[in-house]
Amino acid sequence: MKRRIALLLASAMLLTSAVAGLASCKEGEGGSDSGKKGHVYYLNFKPEVDTQWQELAAKYTEETGIQVDVVTAANGKYEEKLTAEMAKEDAPTLFQVNGPTGLASWDEYCYDLTDSDVAKELSTDTFALKNSEGKVKGIAYATECFGIIVRKDLLEKAGHTLDEIKNFETLKTVVEDITARKDELGFSAFTTTALDSGNFWRMHTHLANLPLYYEFKADKVDADKDVPSIKGTYIDNYKQIFDLYLNNCTVEPSLTTGMTVDQARDEFVTGKAVFFQNGDWEYGNITKDDVLKDDQIAMIPIYIGVEGEENQGMCAGTENYWVVNGDSADEDIQATLDFMKWLVTSETGTTALADEMGFASPFKSAKAPKNYLDKFNNDSMAAGKEVVTWVFKAMPSEDYKNEVGSALAGYAAKMDDASWNVVKTAFVDGWASEYTKAHE
Amino acid sequence: MGKTLKKNPLYLLLFMAPTVAAFIVGFVYPFGMGIYLSLCKFKTMKHIDFVGFKNYLKLFEGGTDGERFIQSFWFTALFAVVSTIAINVLAFTVAVLLTKNFGGTNLFRTIFFMPNLLGGVLLGTIWKILINGILSVFKDSLINKGIYGFFGLLIVLLWQQIGYMMIIYVAGLQGVSEDLKEAARIDGASSKQVLFKVTIPLVMPSISMCTFLTITNGFKLFDQNIAMTAGLPNHETEMLALNIYNTFYGTRGQMGFGQAKAVVFFLIVGAIAILQLKITQSKEAD
Repeated sequence: MKRRIALLLASAMLLTSAVAGLASCKEGEGGSDSGKKGHVYYLNFKPEVDTQWQELAAKYTEETGIQVDVVTAANGKYEEKLTAEMAKEDAPTLFQVNGPTGLASWDEYCYDLTDSDVAKELSTDTFALKNSEGKVKGIAYATECFGIIVRKDLLEKAGHTLDEIKNFETLKTVVEDITARKDELGFSAFTTTALDSGNFWRMHTHLANLPLYYEFKADKVDADKDVPSIKGTYIDNYKQIFDLYLNNCTVEPSLTTGMTVDQARDEFVTGKAVFFQNGDWEYGNITKDDVLKDDQIAMIPIYIGVEGEENQGMCAGTENYWVVNGDSADEDIQATLDFMKWLVTSETGTTALADEMGFASPFKSAKAPKNYLDKFNNDSMAAGKEVVTWVFKAMPSEDYKNEVGSALAGYAAKMDDASWNVVKTAFVDGWASEYTKAHE
Repeated sequence: MGKTLKKNPLYLLLFMAPTVAAFIVGFVYPFGMGIYLSLCKFKTMKHIDFVGFKNYLKLFEGGTDGERFIQSFWFTALFAVVSTIAINVLAFTVAVLLTKNFGGTNLFRTIFFMPNLLGGVLLGTIWKILINGILSVFKDSLINKGIYGFFGLLIVLLWQQIGYMMIIYVAGLQGVSEDLKEAARIDGASSKQVLFKVTIPLVMPSISMCTFLTITNGFKLFDQNIAMTAGLPNHETEMLALNIYNTFYGTRGQMGFGQAKAVVFFLIVGAIAILQLKITQSKEAD
């Protein structure tokens, strides 16, 4: 009797584990069953448009019967998420790289898009990301611009107009005048510089784009290719604008390291500050629920005090490139290519990209997005101003950005020469050493 | 039943198979793979190049990466020691208090235990806001000085783990027979002597258990670290696990190096944990 019970128990245990194993197998098979038709798994980079992507994916499935899964990585954690997902059996079929550095990292996984339909839909070749062998691997799907977003109404309340601001000197005059009368006016010049961990991107990437742009321009460096080192020619200008932010924001510089970009946005929306360095992607956030109206906002270029900057426009470009996972099953690659073509040619796709996500897409049949902030970029281009391209794409690694960010936070805490030297080292020497590390 | 098992090894195998299988799939295989990967250059499991001991050499040949790892090690070690002592002393004290006979002890045990149920990232984020709120009065913030980060992390870990260790100590203390304590008292021992000569030697198994848990937790701390300070300022509060994580994801082509660091990390923590167990277990009363 005992023997029988023991045997029974043992086989029951074995069975349950076997069943559990089978169940997980079945799930996998389920995936590849519908996989005969192919399916799409998009790993989305932009958390702010996650809902819109989910809706769009559902529409596509409804229209074609092809399954489209959209997963969005947490803010600032895309590389980690991507690495983890790519190691899985059911890896993303469509994901994103942020430019030449990102492509170099994932090149061997990327499907050759040279002859794809979606590449042919690009309005100009400049939006195709090529690898070192000249093959098209990435397709830019959204061009964006950034600068300093201005509360026009508050600026006027302070007795100034947009026309006054033409370069760094004039910006500084206006800003310092507002700071001097801060208590009387009830608002500050800049929103908080927001340097808590995970919030560095506005400073270590976007703001750094300006000194880098001018250096590359002077030295005729092509930021779409490998850039092994930089000289830091305009590092003093970087300090100048960063100091202006810190000294004229809503809080003491040493407090900015405990604050986030979300807090900065709140200050801007609630009228605690006039200037907010950010991009057109913020349009949806700051005009949500009609808190701010179009006629209250404007965008101006970020001036850092370089000669001839009166003719400078916004920083416009892209770090959003779609790439297709070449390791996916053939039918999945085909499904993904079809999905991409649908996104950029169909009525539903182009409308969603433009109206719902607010992307200015570089495709032939793309629609113009309803984004009031883009108007300022378009106007400045029409007026013949110089577009500052996104050269920060050439930054050698994530670590490089983190080091610069952490050094900037260290500087904000103390604001002395020693801590600025740390920024300098991270910004200039760090580039070369990170480049070497990444190219081992 | 015991006889049946001994007589027929088939049963032994049958009963152990599921656990052994799970252990192999969930531990042995990943562990072996981890060691193998520390000898490779890789990006995902699909493209792996064997490079030999290059990754390990990089760790010991100096340079910023090696220095940072060592700096992280000392910070982590200091943190682990301080937190181990603080958690155990406080948890033991609370446990002694809560095994006395007065009302509401169960309620207090529950309350002290509760923080342990929350996740590390959540705790780190919430405490960061709280600590920043206090520091802002002094025009400062958590990531401005390494010392703030150290004590910030310490507070979070204490708050989180005292309750858990307390439960283990409560169980240990309840196992100490009243008779022994009473006998000691009749023999004229003071309450201090009763505690140090009778109670503590008898709860030594709980103490070795708790020191083991706290010292390894201290070394492995990650969630709270990344959520609270992310290693700022300038890597000063970067603990070993975070250092490895940053190497792994920070720069292209450094994953094998991160993996090698992780293997070294395992050896260090393993050695320390074994040493600690040897020391505390030798003091356990039979």
